[in-house]
Amino acid sequence: MDIKKFLFRTRISKKIGVSDILTYLYLFFGVILMFGPVLWLILSSFKTPAALVKFPPSILPYGQESIVVEGFDDPLPLYIVTFPDGSEQKMAQVRRVGLEAQMIDPENPSEIVKVSINDRTESNKLQFEWANYTDSLKSFNFITYLKNSVVVTVAATIVTLIINSMAAFALSKYEFKGRNLIFIIIISTLLIPISVILVPVFLVITEMNLNNNLWGVIIPGAATPTGVFLLRQYMLTIPDELIAAARIDGASEWRIYWQVMLPLAAPALAVLTIFSVMWRWNDFLWPLIVLSKNELFTLQVGLNSFQGELNVKWNYILAMTVMTLLPISAVFAFLQKYITTGISSTGLKG
Amino acid sequence: MNNINKPNLIKIIKDGLTASANWILNIFVNTMDWIMDPIQRKIGVKRMAYIFLLPNLLIFGIFVLFPMLLNFYYAFTGGTKLFPQDRPFVGFENFRILLECENYFNPNTCTEDLFWRAVYNTLKFVVFQVGGMIILSLITALILNRKIVARGFFRSVFFYPVLLSPVVVALIWKWILQRDGLFNAVIMQFGGERINFLLDANWATFWVIFISIWANMGFFTLILLAGLQSIPPDLYEAGSMDGTNDWQSFWHITMPLLMPTMFVVLVLSLIRAVQVFDQIYVLTGGGPGSATLYMVQYIYNKGFSDQIHIFGLAAAASVLMAVVLMIFTLIQLYLTRKSDAV
Repeated sequence: MDIKKFLFRTRISKKIGVSDILTYLYLFFGVILMFGPVLWLILSSFKTPAALVKFPPSILPYGQESIVVEGFDDPLPLYIVTFPDGSEQKMAQVRRVGLEAQMIDPENPSEIVKVSINDRTESNKLQFEWANYTDSLKSFNFITYLKNSVVVTVAATIVTLIINSMAAFALSKYEFKGRNLIFIIIISTLLIPISVILVPVFLVITEMNLNNNLWGVIIPGAATPTGVFLLRQYMLTIPDELIAAARIDGASEWRIYWQVMLPLAAPALAVLTIFSVMWRWNDFLWPLIVLSKNELFTLQVGLNSFQGELNVKWNYILAMTVMTLLPISAVFAFLQKYITTGISSTGLKG
Repeated sequence: MNNINKPNLIKIIKDGLTASANWILNIFVNTMDWIMDPIQRKIGVKRMAYIFLLPNLLIFGIFVLFPMLLNFYYAFTGGTKLFPQDRPFVGFENFRILLECENYFNPNTCTEDLFWRAVYNTLKFVVFQVGGMIILSLITALILNRKIVARGFFRSVFFYPVLLSPVVVALIWKWILQRDGLFNAVIMQFGGERINFLLDANWATFWVIFISIWANMGFFTLILLAGLQSIPPDLYEAGSMDGTNDWQSFWHITMPLLMPTMFVVLVLSLIRAVQVFDQIYVLTGGGPGSATLYMVQYIYNKGFSDQIHIFGLAAAASVLMAVVLMIFTLIQLYLTRKSDAV
């Protein structure tokens, strides 16, 4: 509703040409293509296992109605029965024998009517199967994976912020021998990903006994050249006079870093925080190699192992996938302005 | 009673949290004072720079620089042992195994046929994915650069999939493409026949490329849009005074000025396409057969996933991949320097 009002109120050009129509058609198609698959995932995640295997699938999560009838322990499934005279009635199925079903009228449970299964269709209603979510939240694995992902993301982001900002401070505010050389070495590895040094990093991790340890996931990627570069560029714009003044006041170098530099570099630190959270939450290849014990899996590795199982439980996988993409979507909804300006100004994603 | 206490309770919790966070930060900063002050007194203000660099360089050295050198050692040694002291030197043997072919256009005649399949698949992927993505990103950026309503909204629509994790992206599409999935339902609605998208080599290749474009194009659209917005509008006004039409101003004003950005986008997307892994590993696992087996997965399989871990071949293959990436990186550095100078 709001979008409609918005479209009509703020039209910019006076007349609509063919190119405008094509533009909005393209954008409309884009919205469907970009959001549609995610929307389909979310709708599907609310379907019952029975509705999930149905073909063709319904768009909204419909589930078969059931009813508790006196004299039966379990709720009975409801069907709409078409009689030979064309009339329709909602009836509950007691049991099915071959091609015939024994149905009763819930109002009058004593009388059993025999109906051919071709004459009845399921009585469906809109039904959100929250059990997909609550069950996966109750299962030991998902909570463990979630906890591991949070630990990795938070710890890695804190370590990255501290060591990158210290390095950037040194590289931007001190004159010392080898400064340019160190900076060039760091920058030249900007686009060399961990995927080309998998074997030796795995050796280092094994030698340090960090194999099957969350720290083995956290530490290797902490010294990101992207972060050092981003923070250094920002710190270069902070005037040196502030540091000189703090020194005259007798502040130690560590205090200058902590109390002068970090607060002033807050915008750049915020951008790096968002990037780091994104990288770590979504990271897959390295955790896949380091972690082979089920109780140490992160969400991404855990989801992959769920979907690789012989008997794929799509109802849980879909719910867990939705829960995995929720945090990132929330970050996106609230911070998308910072993310987009951050990316277009640095040209970096990592 | 309750009504009076409630806001106080929230305030108490909030204050308590802030206080404990401050307390932890204070402990951290005081401990660091205690460590750093004596060091500063000993080595002087100027050399403190090395202390600030130390943690980052230590991790960088141990987990990036040292492994880069060690990778060569692995590439020139054989056996299946991980620890370097257990590995015999074999010279160029690993590279010979990888590169030896009777006929380079037929992977079946190669000693290590999977490697060549991965090379050809990656080549095909890079050409179509990068080509398709640049064209689509450019069209989208041009459209988003027009005078449209709710530009911010549409921009974020195209950007949204960039944030999703590769595993999530793969699962979303796996669900849509599965045998009883949405696409097959639509196809059958229109009287078509059910297709096993991910079990057919050609379809799997197509979808892997399509999904990779879907997940990444928002990022490149954003960079191109920033490039378009830095073109001064006066140029278009001057052009329209001289009577240029839209087509002419696109080819003679927009394209030449967008070229530096286009090159950056090209190189960045090439580098990313060469290392494609996560999405495809989850979506197809390299299959059917080896139809969607790419370089990084070849390395991963050889070193970590196959029954016998042949680290030497994995390392040799990654050295070859690093050479390719290095060339792209150098082009990238050269181009950014050039565009900075302009």
